[in-house]
Amino acid sequence: MFGKPSRTGRTLQYVALAGYLIFLGFPLVWLVSTAFKPPRELVRLHPTLIPSDPTVQNFVQAFTEQELGRAALNSLQVSLASAVLTVLVAMPASYALARFRSKLGTAALGWVLLSQLFPFVLLIIPIFLVLRQVGLANTHAGLVLIYVVWALPFALWMLQGFVRNIPRELEEAASVDGASRVQVLRRVVFPLLAPGLVATALFSFISAWNEFFFALVLIKTPELATLPVALARFVGIEGTARLGPLAAGSLLATLPSLIFFAFMQRRLSSGSLAGAVKG
Amino acid sequence: MTTLAERPDVERAGPARRPSRFRSDRTAIYLLLLPSLLPILVLSVFPLLRGIYLGFTDARAGRNVEVSFTGLANYRELLGDELFWNSFKIGLVWALGVTVLQFLLALGLALLLNQQLRFRGVARVLAVVPWAMPPVVVGILWKLVYHPDAGLLNEFFHRIGADGMRTNWLGDFSTALPAVILVGVWAGMPQTTVVLLAGLQGVGRELHEAAAVDGASTWHRFRHVTLPALTPVIVAITSLDFIWNFNSFGLVYVLTAGGPGGKTMLPMLFAYEEAFRYGNYGYAAALGNVMVVLIIALLAVYLRRRLREAN
Repeated sequence: MFGKPSRTGRTLQYVALAGYLIFLGFPLVWLVSTAFKPPRELVRLHPTLIPSDPTVQNFVQAFTEQELGRAALNSLQVSLASAVLTVLVAMPASYALARFRSKLGTAALGWVLLSQLFPFVLLIIPIFLVLRQVGLANTHAGLVLIYVVWALPFALWMLQGFVRNIPRELEEAASVDGASRVQVLRRVVFPLLAPGLVATALFSFISAWNEFFFALVLIKTPELATLPVALARFVGIEGTARLGPLAAGSLLATLPSLIFFAFMQRRLSSGSLAGAVKG
Repeated sequence: MTTLAERPDVERAGPARRPSRFRSDRTAIYLLLLPSLLPILVLSVFPLLRGIYLGFTDARAGRNVEVSFTGLANYRELLGDELFWNSFKIGLVWALGVTVLQFLLALGLALLLNQQLRFRGVARVLAVVPWAMPPVVVGILWKLVYHPDAGLLNEFFHRIGADGMRTNWLGDFSTALPAVILVGVWAGMPQTTVVLLAGLQGVGRELHEAAAVDGASTWHRFRHVTLPALTPVIVAITSLDFIWNFNSFGLVYVLTAGGPGGKTMLPMLFAYEEAFRYGNYGYAAALGNVMVVLIIALLAVYLRRRLREAN
């Protein structure tokens, strides 16, 4: 883009790129390395970047001793329920938003931007009070409800884009051939929408999986805690030897979103998803 | 994704074309929208309005506590609350610091990634990984890097023979806030980079080539061709980054929980403590209201200046 830079220019560019790679990469390498270090190496005065005697003991310990296993199961349950529910609720609405003009639709999409502005603390107290009134405070069901509502604006926005990409002519052709409305939706729209539904479900799953604040405030029973909350509690336990299982647990907690991002990598690098915030 | 303008067939659903089905279509639309709109109303719009209202009451934790409207009493108290002012100042330093550094570093990386360089693929993948991590894990990761005994940073200073630089980064009064800001930059840089990169790819090649033929230097071309074309993207992403940073919670909660001695007590952490440690719901909500107003005011000033520059 800038024509042919000089030799020194090129060198400077590579130096800068190396700087970025170190800044972005080394903390990650450190997490992975810590996760595979045996306790003996963790308490050593001068730790090394590469574990000299790697072990998977930390992963075993993280899931047996620290009850991260149960927390991971809780997270899995809550995230799966959120994903399924978000898709079920968003599917009809996004179809309506994409195919018919409606002021309600515009309002719903406007809420996406507006809701970003408000700090969670304004929402959390009334939400807590509402959930307590209907007996859903301190339950996974309550948490799932919040996650679905929280994921909905973006899910609607994303899914209606997928609906718009299905040519209307296909639906019309099917109904000319005598298919009922429900049949058109089930046989024509639904199969073509499948990739969009998967993307929406993944988005909702990851938001729920990563979420911390609502889970921290709404869930009081330790046995019901989700993975981020359990990990944050784990941080409080001091002692250098504990760092191994902590790193191992953190690494596993990152896996679902890493898989998601690998899945979306092509769209991310082409910028079509990044454009989501371009307004 | 296609826009409305590109699909004129959307219009065909309008009432003019099919007057007979108009009524049933409308009922159908509402039925389709209801499952989405109802939960948003009950668990998002309503709580937000009630939250704003709570800021004008003396609401407290507990089941049968009477709540009464107190007008501006909370705000008068906030004005005289030294802890609030302190936390607010820290919040501003954090949000501005993170947003500005994030933007500058992301712009540099985006410009590099837009070149034909080797290792570009690796850099692109690495640039996205922090984005994929849950905030809590980012916090834990950097706690490991900053760890006074087993940390990467202190070990690095030992290896290069600068043992004097070794310190308890998150526990020291003078280094805690800068250390936390660096983590904020690391965590938020990927998204900003991807957005800026997408913007860069939209900058016309022809303009660059024309400017190059006219003998403009690299810097001149960046300043007068790339930057103006990128401005709308820059304004949008820096505004969003600022809002997200000002409202961020999980990262710093895990890193320092506001310590040492309140040196990293961001407004969100302060509000959390007020609400859920001390049970002062009304006071915490008032704090939230003040934060919204301040964010809107700061953004208005910023956007107006950008707009004036553009004209």
